[in-house]
Amino acid sequence: MGTQILMPALSPTMTEGKLARWLKNEGDDVRAGDVIAEIETDKATMEVEAVDEGKITKIIVPEGTEGVSVNSPIAELNGGGGEAAAPQAPGQTTNMPQQPAPPAAAQPGQVGEVAKQAEDYGAVAARGAERQEGAAKTGAAERIIEPEKDWGPTKAITVREALREAMAVEMRADKDVFLMGEEVAQYQGAYKISQGLLDEFGPRRVIDTPITEHGFTGMAVGAAMTGLKPIVEFMTFNFAMQAIDHIINSAAKTLYMSGGQLGCPIVFRGPNGAAARVAAQHSQEYSSWYAHVPGLKVVAPWSSADAKGLLRAAIRDPNPVIVLENEILYGQSFECPTSEDFIVPIGKAKVERKGKDVTIVAFSISVTWAMQAAEELAKQGIEAEVINLRSIRPLDSETIAASVRKTNRVVTVEEGWPFAGIGAELGMQIVEAAFDYLDAPPVRVTGLDIPMPYAANLEKLALPSPAQIVDAVKRVTYK
Amino acid sequence: MAQAAETATANKQRRPQPAEAKAPAMTPEQLLRAYRDMLLIRRFEEKAGQLYGMGLIGGFCHLYIGQEAIVVGMQACLEPGDQVITSYRDHGHMLATGMEARGVMAELTGRSGGYSKGKGGSMHMFSREKGFFGGHGIVGAQVALGTGLAFANWYREGRNVSLTYFGEGASNQGQVFESFNLAALMKLPCIYIIENNKYAMGTSLERGSASRDLSKNGAAWGIPGEQVDGMDVTAVKEAGQRAAAHCRDGNGPYLLEMKTYRYRGHSMSDPAKYRKREEVQQMRDQSDPIEKCKKMLLDGGTGEAEIKKIDDEIKAIVQDAADFAQSSPEPDEKELWTDVLIEEGAR
Ligand SMILES: Cc1ncc(C[n+]2csc(CCOP(=O)(O)OP(=O)(O)O)c2C)c(N)n1
Ligand SMILES: [Mg+2]
Repeated sequence: MGTQILMPALSPTMTEGKLARWLKNEGDDVRAGDVIAEIETDKATMEVEAVDEGKITKIIVPEGTEGVSVNSPIAELNGGGGEAAAPQAPGQTTNMPQQPAPPAAAQPGQVGEVAKQAEDYGAVAARGAERQEGAAKTGAAERIIEPEKDWGPTKAITVREALREAMAVEMRADKDVFLMGEEVAQYQGAYKISQGLLDEFGPRRVIDTPITEHGFTGMAVGAAMTGLKPIVEFMTFNFAMQAIDHIINSAAKTLYMSGGQLGCPIVFRGPNGAAARVAAQHSQEYSSWYAHVPGLKVVAPWSSADAKGLLRAAIRDPNPVIVLENEILYGQSFECPTSEDFIVPIGKAKVERKGKDVTIVAFSISVTWAMQAAEELAKQGIEAEVINLRSIRPLDSETIAASVRKTNRVVTVEEGWPFAGIGAELGMQIVEAAFDYLDAPPVRVTGLDIPMPYAANLEKLALPSPAQIVDAVKRVTYK
Repeated sequence: MAQAAETATANKQRRPQPAEAKAPAMTPEQLLRAYRDMLLIRRFEEKAGQLYGMGLIGGFCHLYIGQEAIVVGMQACLEPGDQVITSYRDHGHMLATGMEARGVMAELTGRSGGYSKGKGGSMHMFSREKGFFGGHGIVGAQVALGTGLAFANWYREGRNVSLTYFGEGASNQGQVFESFNLAALMKLPCIYIIENNKYAMGTSLERGSASRDLSKNGAAWGIPGEQVDGMDVTAVKEAGQRAAAHCRDGNGPYLLEMKTYRYRGHSMSDPAKYRKREEVQQMRDQSDPIEKCKKMLLDGGTGEAEIKKIDDEIKAIVQDAADFAQSSPEPDEKELWTDVLIEEGAR
């Protein structure tokens, strides 16, 4: 009649961990909520809480044991309360049919609140990354880096490191550059982009703000009007909607309204678009919103080199620049030039893969999907050219048009909504520049025209996939 | 202090009264009910944490453990037709309004049996029937919305009040102050409840606000405010009744700063380096709202057996909810396209 305490998972990707320490001994009484043990994974140490009361009758897995698989019994609990013990062990082993996880028959240990090195939002990103399975493989390892300019030796770094290095290098070079935003300093960044920057640059240049986006964005724009060069980090771009009035009315329009007197050298950056399972208010993709506005520049890096080079260019640019990052890409590694001077000019697209049969235009994470689709298409004998936009405004219309004149067919890919999206703009520009060369109407692959659903199955369907790109290519190539 | 006799005066700041001086705010039956409702939230959240650990819940999942006395105490002050609105840390609020544990848990697992058919998730659930208006992911947004609920009550010339909950971190948002001004200007029946659990993610109150007494944050507009021991369900109810009476009598908004604490991380895997484990343990050991309530019950003569019966009842409800949340099917693919707009003829 005892219940078993099981090894808990920190995330669906965790399969095993180390039982670091028992905080209770055999014979101890525990109440629900008591911390009974600590377990370690590669990422975090976390506390296991009892979900039930009773006496620990047996410790099955001694402390210090490594490689304890998730959901295996680690201890036994004797339900304390006499007669009521039976219902206490919620023992419906049988009636949970289609579940991937084991039944809740025994009481698995409770995931405690202290997951010491885990990255809060990072854990969510990891799930997203997992969903993009294989993304890094195609994206990083085999890809040949061919910067327009040869920057010499490269090294594999994550997009996260690339962004951090870009800020650090520019902050070292120019004392007018500073970073502000929620949790950027003491917490080391909600997504750890700014890790270590507080230590190096101090609290005057790495500034934690309260949750007051409208106010601190206005403050940063005001500071920029005097010539300071703020980098404003939005925890995610979803929250920049609180501040969008200052981004557009104050930052984008002031130069024009002042007849060129007051510039606004400022960078607004942060993750944009869907992460994983964070639902409608936390999953929006904003490229087309900002790209609509004269007076702003908008870049959307994909690889580590994009991230580092474009962010450096954005910080140096005398105009307001929106840097749309992607949370799922943060942890992925790509080769990046090590040169001190490495920079990527704003407004220049990059041909990531050459091909003659069709042009696929993508940006940010959709480049990953486009590269995967191109791989698949190659197996079927279709050579796709993949263009990574890197900058959305100004748009490198020339590179796109040159490619379309060669391939005569084009598919655009974006995570955002179709209506008045980037694909709509690309389609029109291609028609304007290369209509006579087109052998098929352009086709766009986009996220579905709905708010992002939470349910796992629906979310997957709401986002574009490599398979959809393959289908779209077949449509324009009439295959 | 005889709570009902007190008429709230603008600008008068109240302090929590010493416990001994208080007349009992709840009858033994009410106290037992409060114990039950708080325990339901606690056990529900523990189970949600467990299902998250098993990979059955995704995305962000913000638990309410430690803060239960607030929603339970405030709910005891409500009349039919009153509204409740809050942030993403919303499971407790929903259960307190009487929403079904099954439907809430099934939303957490993203299943068709959830309150939003699986489309909203942990942060976005609603129940018009129970007067629960969400479930909002943008910090501070619910404060303006809650003011709008109060506006509707004023417009309809009824007695209803809006309970607008937000964190101490959210209390810095500009729209909160705009809302205060509107509500005071128009005398809207809005109870603003700041759930001061000391942290906004990793930012402590001291690092996020220059205001040291958040109950005074409405003072510029003459909004009366009180600091309340949010770990004591009877203190919450007492203050809630004063606030509700003030609003129902047409005196405009009222501000309650609930001093509380969240035991768990901000969401499920918070590195939690910003506070010491001892700090958490001390709160749990010395200020736990459920333990406090249990002690009051035992001191008042309620038998262990009666409490045990409640514990068992709650366990069964939560287990049933967890089972339902796992057996309810995923939403149909057709649901992708429903509920975007109300289509002609669909009403
Ligand atoms: C406008 C906006 N900015 C930032 C965030 C990210 N965020 C989510 S919760 C949170 C902390 C809020 O703290 P508090 O208001 O104290 O509520 P608690 O989580 O403690 O209940 C932050 C910064 C957000 N959701 N919305
Ligand atoms: Mg808080």
